[in-house]
Amino acid sequence: MSAVIEGAATQEQSRRAAERGAGFLPRLVRQPIAVACSLILLVVVLACVFAEWVSPYGPLDQDLQNTAAGPSASHLLGTDQLGRDILSRLLHGGQVTLLGIVQAVVVCAVIGLFLGLTAGTLGGWVETVAMRLCDLLLAVPGLVMLLVILGIYGNNEAAAMITLGVIMAPTLARVVYSATIAVREELYVASARVAGLTSFQIMRRHILSGVTGPALTQISIVAAVACIAEAGIGYLGLGVAPPAPSWGNLVTDAQNMMPISAWMLVPTGGIIAVVTLSLTLLGNGIRDAYMGRSSGSSKAFSWRALAVTVSQAASPAGGGAAPLGQESILSVKGMTIRLPRGSSEVTVVDDVNFDVAPGEAVAIVGESGCGKSMTISGVLRVLPMGAHVAAASIAFKGAELTSLSEHEMNAYRGTGIGFISQEPISSLNPAFTVGHQLEEAVRLHRGVGKGEARQIARELMVRVRLPEPDAVAKKYPHELSGGMAQRIAIARALAGEPELLIADEPTTALDVSVQCEILDLLRDLREQTGMALILVTHDWGVVAEACDRALVMYAGQVVESADVRSIIAHPAHPYTRALLQSSSVGIAPRQLLPVIAGTVPVPGSWPHGCRFASRCELAEDACRTGPIPMVTLDEGSAARCIRTDVDELVRT
Amino acid sequence: MLGVVIRRLIVAVPLMGVISFIVFMLSSLAGGSVGQAILGPTASAASVAALNAKLGADRPVLVQYVDWLRHAITGDLGLSVVSGVPVADTIASRIPVTMSLAVGALLLVIILGVTSGAIAAIRGGVTGRLAEVLAVLGRGLPSFWLALIAVLVFGVNLAWLPVSGYVPFADSPSGWIQSLILPVVVLGVSEIALVAVVTRAEMLSAMRSDYVRSLRANGYPWKRIVFKHVAKNAAGPVLTMVSLVFVSLIGGTILMEQIFGMPGLGTLMVSATTKHDLQVIQGLAVFYTAMVVVVFLLTDIASGYLNAKARAR
Repeated sequence: MSAVIEGAATQEQSRRAAERGAGFLPRLVRQPIAVACSLILLVVVLACVFAEWVSPYGPLDQDLQNTAAGPSASHLLGTDQLGRDILSRLLHGGQVTLLGIVQAVVVCAVIGLFLGLTAGTLGGWVETVAMRLCDLLLAVPGLVMLLVILGIYGNNEAAAMITLGVIMAPTLARVVYSATIAVREELYVASARVAGLTSFQIMRRHILSGVTGPALTQISIVAAVACIAEAGIGYLGLGVAPPAPSWGNLVTDAQNMMPISAWMLVPTGGIIAVVTLSLTLLGNGIRDAYMGRSSGSSKAFSWRALAVTVSQAASPAGGGAAPLGQESILSVKGMTIRLPRGSSEVTVVDDVNFDVAPGEAVAIVGESGCGKSMTISGVLRVLPMGAHVAAASIAFKGAELTSLSEHEMNAYRGTGIGFISQEPISSLNPAFTVGHQLEEAVRLHRGVGKGEARQIARELMVRVRLPEPDAVAKKYPHELSGGMAQRIAIARALAGEPELLIADEPTTALDVSVQCEILDLLRDLREQTGMALILVTHDWGVVAEACDRALVMYAGQVVESADVRSIIAHPAHPYTRALLQSSSVGIAPRQLLPVIAGTVPVPGSWPHGCRFASRCELAEDACRTGPIPMVTLDEGSAARCIRTDVDELVRT
Repeated sequence: MLGVVIRRLIVAVPLMGVISFIVFMLSSLAGGSVGQAILGPTASAASVAALNAKLGADRPVLVQYVDWLRHAITGDLGLSVVSGVPVADTIASRIPVTMSLAVGALLLVIILGVTSGAIAAIRGGVTGRLAEVLAVLGRGLPSFWLALIAVLVFGVNLAWLPVSGYVPFADSPSGWIQSLILPVVVLGVSEIALVAVVTRAEMLSAMRSDYVRSLRANGYPWKRIVFKHVAKNAAGPVLTMVSLVFVSLIGGTILMEQIFGMPGLGTLMVSATTKHDLQVIQGLAVFYTAMVVVVFLLTDIASGYLNAKARAR
């Protein structure tokens, strides 16, 4: 039975792999540069192969009346020092170069594919030996070895080009190897093996389709290198002996002619440049087509582009500068965040309002993709590239943040507002010891000297209850456990003595026992310092443990806001209720946890009416007709629901 | 740190043995004895045999190789078959020329490549695109052809710079610099964009990272983030790229020396190749490999310093 399921999965995966292979050619054909390069190469190859018939003159035909001439009707590319037609010599000479390219490419492809595929598919000692061999060959300077071979074998070009193929094989082998590994680790190969296919079939059906693109890209690079190397050999006088033409020795002729006429440099070097550039660009095209990118589609990312665009939106009707904001440490009014998607923008946070009182702990709760992290990132302006924040007001201790520049924001970030992120280890720089990073934060935020900073950093590490602070300080982030790294991150955020700490899912990546320790730590630190806390989480346990008030977010909107005790006891919004029911808070042991059917609508596809309506069992027509406002309930709580009246009935 | 060096040396030393062995074997397989090469094709078989016996070239190849290796370890790379001069002396006298070229080009590549890559990463816009286009051009245009055009423009037409020859630093520092400008620029120019592209890509990937987001959220000034935190993380891969670039620059010196008439290792290599001077070819092959090995070794040490994870491995 399971074999049948596996087989079905394999078919599905094969189909996907085949699609990737099938989509490849059409995508390549849609790239004008790649097509143009292919055509140029085709023309050059055909013209050279059929040089006997195509070229207007013999390669050795002299016209001593007409030496070193520029281009003319009778000699399209001019003549050389003996009046020989350059076009004819280029076409005949190209045969040698093309043959050399083919020799190098074939040798390189055979060895590289063999080494890469066997190492990638078989693994074990074969892998070790093959990759060691590659390391060895990579350390050989290419042109030197070519000359060695030419010196030993007396200007035998075939030997030289074959050697070049061998020297370039390890790079190809590595490319094929890593592509093979990537495919091998993908699910479909694993399931193909379970389904009882032989390893040969696995190689043929799956791996080759995954390897083709990277391998072709690398091979076109090899061809370009071979072209330049062959011409270089010819130029050094180590290849085809004059008077027989080659692209390289034609450049030598051009060099000798320079005092008389520089023209000959143009067609002779030009043909080499055209062929190698075409090969390189074709390789780039293949890479882009394989990776499903259209050429030049990559948006220009840069540090400068990271700066978030902030605009001050008009105050919502009846809102204004709320006097309530005076006593808030943070007051967010009408904040909307848009992210670029394709050529347009999509709203991910929609008109969010909230206040945080000094010393208060506010939880932002919701499923993934509801805009929780985006909301706090919008306050701190650390959003993905191209993000746009519009808000009536984002005020910290009465200071309007929306009117500040990126640079001016730094007066508040770190010192006024501290931040800790979800992944403790990756939130620390892997290249510095954690002690150094902590000291840096202290020096930056407190303006103290080195010695004092070290002292304060040590005190901070003690405060976040790190055992053996001196030993930990010398470690790098990857040497720490998640819990230890999060303590360091908290210590770093405390370095600026912030009055508000924003924590983005600070415990999600940690073990359960460590989660509790970190939550205890946060609570104790809050008691000691009196700082406020915004804690983003999807875990009601964390909310109940650490927070005073909760904001529930759904599909970019705040849907309920109330103090934690009452929201857990009496959730007003059906979504809050569903979330609570699907968590273990307040549920008797051994009872099955219900899940909320359906998924959060993705940004861009939010319905006009209530965004939760499609998953809500209380939804009626009125819910779907238009936007639902926040309805103020008793005790300073509010919910975005028009059916809060029926809640009591349903709950019982 | 010492561990990294020792591990690299364990790979490096056999590598040089392997290279020299391959070259030795290839030359013996190629036929034609040393005696023949010295006396020329018209010499009698008896006199060739006598010379071979005198030089020890009549012994089995493996014996000859071990003999050569024993001397090579002490720095004796034998005598040139053509000129009779010790190979090691010839190589030593030409090292300054080639190193001036290669190191000069490397400095140019590092300074311009890293700077323009960093500008592209920080400012974005056209710089990044330009670097990518130039990288394609740099890889596609044959350097010897570029060199000829440079000679034509700057040497012949504008007459700004000498078109050939090499002035030792000891003779005239300014002459040394002038004689190096054209070959160094042409040698380096095709690799600049490559380093720029890698620098930009590595810096961008660091800029996208979680730790940079945390640093920004905690109010670090942008210069500190970019030039300290991002830079140190990008430096490792850039350094690896630079070491590969150096290997290709060493190969490139052969062509540049030939074009600009500089008496370096490259011209020695070309003339030895033309004359089938096997002893010189062998010595050069080992020497070039040694240079590459030393560069890789230095790169590993520097990477270990930059990247704590690499050091731990």
